[in-house]
Amino acid sequence: MGIPILGRELPLDFDMSRRQLLQLAGYTSVAAFMAACASGNGGSTTTSTTGGTVTIGSNESDAGPRKGMEAVSAAFTKANGGTTVKLNTVDHGTFQDQISSYLQGTPEDNFTWFSGHRMRFFAAQGLASPIDDVWDKVKGNFTGAFAESVKGDDGHFYGIPRDYYPWAVFYRKSVFAARGYKIPTTWDDLKSLSAQMQKDGLIPIAMGDKDGWPAQGTFDIINLRLNGYTFHVELCTGKQKWTDPRVANVFKKWAEIVPYYSPGLAGQTWQQAADQVVRKQAGMYVLGLFVSDQFKAAGSADLDDLDFFPYPDMGTSFDAEKAVDAPIDIWMMTKKSPTLSKDQGQAKAWLEFWAKGTTQLTEFQYAPGLIPTASDADTSTFSPLQKKAAEIIKNAKRITQFFDRDSRPDFAGPNGMQSFLLTFLSKPTGDIAALQGTMQKFWDSLPPEK
Amino acid sequence: MADPATTSLAPAPTGAGALVSRRRKRRGYSVLTRQDKLMLALMVGVPLALDLALVWGPTAASVLLSFTNWSGIGAVEQRNIVGLKNYQTLLTGYSLFWPALQHNLLWLAFFVCIATPLGMLLAVLLDREIRGSRIYQSIFFLPVVLSLAVVGFLWELQYAPNEGFINSILVMAHRKGPLIDWLGDPRINLYAILVAASWRHVGYIMILYLAGLKSVDISLREAAKVDGATERQIFFQVVLPVMAPINVIIIVVTAIESLRAFDIAYIINRGKNGLELLSTLITNNSISEASLVGFGSAIAVILLVISLGPIILYLSRVNSELA
Repeated sequence: MGIPILGRELPLDFDMSRRQLLQLAGYTSVAAFMAACASGNGGSTTTSTTGGTVTIGSNESDAGPRKGMEAVSAAFTKANGGTTVKLNTVDHGTFQDQISSYLQGTPEDNFTWFSGHRMRFFAAQGLASPIDDVWDKVKGNFTGAFAESVKGDDGHFYGIPRDYYPWAVFYRKSVFAARGYKIPTTWDDLKSLSAQMQKDGLIPIAMGDKDGWPAQGTFDIINLRLNGYTFHVELCTGKQKWTDPRVANVFKKWAEIVPYYSPGLAGQTWQQAADQVVRKQAGMYVLGLFVSDQFKAAGSADLDDLDFFPYPDMGTSFDAEKAVDAPIDIWMMTKKSPTLSKDQGQAKAWLEFWAKGTTQLTEFQYAPGLIPTASDADTSTFSPLQKKAAEIIKNAKRITQFFDRDSRPDFAGPNGMQSFLLTFLSKPTGDIAALQGTMQKFWDSLPPEK
Repeated sequence: MADPATTSLAPAPTGAGALVSRRRKRRGYSVLTRQDKLMLALMVGVPLALDLALVWGPTAASVLLSFTNWSGIGAVEQRNIVGLKNYQTLLTGYSLFWPALQHNLLWLAFFVCIATPLGMLLAVLLDREIRGSRIYQSIFFLPVVLSLAVVGFLWELQYAPNEGFINSILVMAHRKGPLIDWLGDPRINLYAILVAASWRHVGYIMILYLAGLKSVDISLREAAKVDGATERQIFFQVVLPVMAPINVIIIVVTAIESLRAFDIAYIINRGKNGLELLSTLITNNSISEASLVGFGSAIAVILLVISLGPIILYLSRVNSELA
């Protein structure tokens, strides 16, 4: 019975499905048109800003910052007429890897991201919404440097600075006191101190470059000290060549301290290298202030013992720039969130809420490695460590973001700079000219950025 | 064939039967009724459509994208088309391509020469119903249940340079000399993860082969034994030839596992610093923040061409057996 029915009905079925398909296509284009209209009018429609919901994509997956994010969400709900905050926390590295497809798919309303080149890139691709109206309301609470860091190529504002942290040389006060070590202020001091530490059975400088990016911090600072801010920025953006003799000088200098690094540096993570400092096996560590999270986890006595100093001078005219890597984390608003037309008001309220010092301090309680960006943040609650970090930044005449935020992501990633630096670290006295050639060749092979 | 009596399988009303046979005559001779053909068309057509849409569609898209420098954002435009530039860069200017290819081949060689034979050996030993055979089977098979990501994580803990299990044991054994950086030293880290990958692969091959061995008629072995064959002769001259179909599967599985090697290297360090594989290059270029979709597709196309080798070999083998 079944087969004849199938045989008779099937042509009709096919016909139906073709018609349905056409209908479906019609609906979709109508829907797309409606969506286009809706997003065009999005700003002017009278959406309420309180109550309702807002969806948030967060990369704060480490325990401390994550708790802080939850605390802020609760505070926002209370302050904003019971707005439900749907927080979607994704592992930090995964979030980064998938950012491009995330923003093109069905992202949340707001998301955590980085300032600098990486923000401008997605803004230019039309995957982030400009938030000039929010920025106008809150800009009084940020310095000019912060304002610059969230401005897109088109002059619109795309982010709210959330926190930042300097890169510096970290050490344990007790270790330096017990052995009578002095803070090195010049390159030669750094080298002789390292030699002394080695003699004393310490790993002079901890390094964990398994993830590839930690070594970029040292590249940045040596290049900034030797060749200056302008050259560094131009190098990162392709206006200078990697085959430049000035780049060779960076590697030549750097090679002088590589023998003082942790053995097995390419096989251990930055957390494992931090533990070497926590356990007093290593003397110094070049990293961002977020390393203090690792010390906080070890105990409050360890956190109190942590201190840092700016990277030593290298005897060039660029020492006076006191340049420092100080990456800024920001909030951005997506473009393609399916709920954004409904949540627009709440999403903007969220951004506004984060521009307050009190909000940033709530987060900061749980993440002592992240310094608030808002000018009205009450610094009396800062620990000496955090006060000092803010001081270093204030004294810096030039601030960079970090190699992988200042350069294009395809060059900075695992197939590019991360690999190149690992190659260098495994053979610091090897053929630097060949390495430079490889770097330039790779840069030249990359397609033009839009 | 033309006789209606042999072709009508079910008793049908004579009128309808005559109609069917007349029609069949007009079209030339066929054993299939119209309904049969429709059924066949459906049964072949639906999987074929799915296959085209889900496998060959994306494959063709990859091939086409490999001629562009598309970033994965927005539409592909005229100015994105770069011709063979990606391939040219890949083969001449890209420092990671040849190492990655070499690593894949090394992976294949290691699996073919060491891991797979080891799995087969275990299977043969366990097939002899030794005491505790079930327990050994479970132990060797256990890693197969774990995903390669978990395997990577477990071995990461063993290999960690300063606090890992292996180096701690070496220190306890008073090993002198510089620390061995199992995962960070580009000269040895590939072998380190090959051991980890083999740990899982051996169990997989063992279970496949054991299933094959169980299906070998026991009377064959007994007959060989009666004829005075040694254990070695029985295995190589009786069991192995009987197992030919399983052997082909083992070879294909080994080749596929080697070409799709990805997870462990990616978990360890995202496939850099000595752990470059074609698959990690594809991921790092096209799926990561880098968004070099066009360039990543070119590498994917090369991997596809390489993969076609064993696939064609396998299919021609299967087809010649069927013929």
